[in-house]
Amino acid sequence: MYKIITKRELAPKIKLFEIHAPEIAEQARPGQFVIVRLHEKGERVPLTIAGYDRHKGTITIVFNEVGKTTKELGCLNNGDSILNLAGPLGNPSEIQKFGRVLVVGGGVMTAPLYLVAKALRDAGNELTVVVGARIKDLLIYEKEMKNIADEFYVTTDDGSKGQKGLDFLKELLSKKHFDRAVVMGPVVMMKTVSEITKPFSVKTIVTLTPIMVDGMGMCGACRVTVKGETKFGCVDGPEFDGHAVDFDELIKRQRVYLPEERVASVFYEKIGGCACGEA
Amino acid sequence: MAKPNQPTQPPAKKSKKAVPMPKQEPKVRARNFNEVALGYSEEQALEEAARCLNCPKPQCVVGCPVELDIPAFIKLIKERKYDEAIKKIKEKNSLPAICGRVCPQEEQCQKLCVLGKIGEPTAIGRLERFAADYELKKGVDTPTLPTSTGKKVAIIGAGPAGLTAAADLAKFGHEVVIFEALHVPGGVLVYGIPEFRLPKKIVEAEVEYIKKLGVKIQTDALIGRLHTIEDLFKKGFDAVFIGTGAGLPQFMRIPGENLGGIYSANEFLIRVNLMKSYRFPEYDTPIRIGKKVAVIGGGNVAMDSARSALRLGAEEVCIVYRRSREELPAREEEIENAEEEGIVCKFLAAPIRFIGDEKGWVKGMECILMQLGEPDESGRRRPVPIKGSEFIMDVDTVIVAIGRTPNPIIQTTTKGLQTTKWGTIIVDEKTGQTSIPGVFAGGDIVTGEATVISAMGAGKRAARAINEYLMQKKS
Repeated sequence: MYKIITKRELAPKIKLFEIHAPEIAEQARPGQFVIVRLHEKGERVPLTIAGYDRHKGTITIVFNEVGKTTKELGCLNNGDSILNLAGPLGNPSEIQKFGRVLVVGGGVMTAPLYLVAKALRDAGNELTVVVGARIKDLLIYEKEMKNIADEFYVTTDDGSKGQKGLDFLKELLSKKHFDRAVVMGPVVMMKTVSEITKPFSVKTIVTLTPIMVDGMGMCGACRVTVKGETKFGCVDGPEFDGHAVDFDELIKRQRVYLPEERVASVFYEKIGGCACGEA
Repeated sequence: MAKPNQPTQPPAKKSKKAVPMPKQEPKVRARNFNEVALGYSEEQALEEAARCLNCPKPQCVVGCPVELDIPAFIKLIKERKYDEAIKKIKEKNSLPAICGRVCPQEEQCQKLCVLGKIGEPTAIGRLERFAADYELKKGVDTPTLPTSTGKKVAIIGAGPAGLTAAADLAKFGHEVVIFEALHVPGGVLVYGIPEFRLPKKIVEAEVEYIKKLGVKIQTDALIGRLHTIEDLFKKGFDAVFIGTGAGLPQFMRIPGENLGGIYSANEFLIRVNLMKSYRFPEYDTPIRIGKKVAVIGGGNVAMDSARSALRLGAEEVCIVYRRSREELPAREEEIENAEEEGIVCKFLAAPIRFIGDEKGWVKGMECILMQLGEPDESGRRRPVPIKGSEFIMDVDTVIVAIGRTPNPIIQTTTKGLQTTKWGTIIVDEKTGQTSIPGVFAGGDIVTGEATVISAMGAGKRAARAINEYLMQKKS
């Protein structure tokens, strides 16, 4: 059992948990993920690590309440426990001095990206950071990112804050030379950024979180086509070359279980759901 | 139930046939996940036990990878000394209820049984299961624990090899901790083999017994990521056993394989068995099964997948195998079970590409017919495609069961560990000793995908070698 030490709401439906898991905290590195299973009947859900404190023996996760499991997770409070927490899984992010790095985060994935961005800055890189969300209320880690960035932008899909959409990146890329781009966010957003950076030949690293069951290379549910070859998101990734990923296939694979997701959510509400969201 | 010292009357004439295993009716069982084989009653067990000739030089023992004293335990069943029978079995085998169900006895002990020369061999597996189930029903005795040696052994993987090695090492008096990557112990016994062939409560009960021997099991612990083998030695372990199995699914690498509705057998079985998706939405993990299911491959995993698909409500399930029925690697018993349940087989055919609909879901599979050519390195005749014989099968679910490869995480995170080009770990066959002193390995991670019992045999041999290693080592 893994105890929740801190719970915070960062934006509507976006929550941060600090969880006591000393062994995982000791080994975790930026870019890796954990698999969470809430209870005996629970599913295994991958969540990218958004922080760790080796001294306190905790790891941090930030998640969006979209499906049944994340809703249920969001209902837990300080002092509650999670039944299973496996990790750290996946390869750590590649951290070295590249030069000038474009860091683009979208939605809830901005949280784990902050961990990677910090490591990149500590390795001596100059950072241009873009933090994005659908609307301004859903922006997270703005302040934190701003603090470590040499240059900082906010973008929203509807233009409610900062830039509108991602087109401004083209201008940015044509003005300055970048040695690398690191992108974490929704698949569609990572696809768009990869398409924008490609003509500028800026190596672009995306973090993929396809559907997975075990997260250790056993099921193959998370297979993605990279440069025409099948790779497993969990053990070969989660970082891949954004210019080589078959995003269209990935988007289709992500949607495979949407009907069942709905069934699970409806079933969850029917059996009482959780009491905390009601107020 | 047990009446000690009461001799049984041997039947006047021994039957050439073994007492058949009572089973659920095919039509009924094809729609539920309850165990198919119901197990012998006491009468049936006594009748079958009486067939054993109790040979002075028993061949069956030679065929058993864990060296079970088969005639001795059958004799005890004959004498209705069931408590002693299971005790005799457990001297060598810590997982008898599992082995009684899933061992390929027809290839091992029963293959060498003298009775088999004139009729059917003694049904050793069924008798082993009878004795094991008798004990589980009655309640398992807590074994007497030996005095501690003060040595600590780390076992990586709580599958058949790891559990067996752990049990034997605990019996030697060593402190044993098993590190299991998944959330429950059992390995392939819980994620791979379906409930209807091996109920999970049986696995739980046998794992409980191993815990009673003093073995600790830490779940959610993926060695290589959470700790490396080097870390384990630093943490005070004196030896390490790697039993991480062959858990990586193989794909065919043909066009369209990443369409929706195409599962690796591993994914399909993990969802169904480990995550209990056949009880979705009560359990959170979903599974989508269509009407027309094709299973590619011909081993036990293919049979398990096909029979699970049927139980999930598929209308038609077809096994597509590139050789003929004769070459099917699955156990005969499982092939018969599958056929009885209504699984059909398309032999001498192999898929060459998958066809998807506009949403990216599989709707067809193009196959090519095969003929058998010269034997290949496996000794089986090699399937050769027949030009121009392509045809399309309508399918909406495909399960790829063409084999599994070793899990690479330990190999890639352990410096100095020698492996083959297939990714298996190189060991001394007798001892399981790897290229690193104090590190042993056994089971599928060494041999590639094989059987539960061969992994158990390897666990057993390694436990013996580890014990010798520890006892020779100063302090």
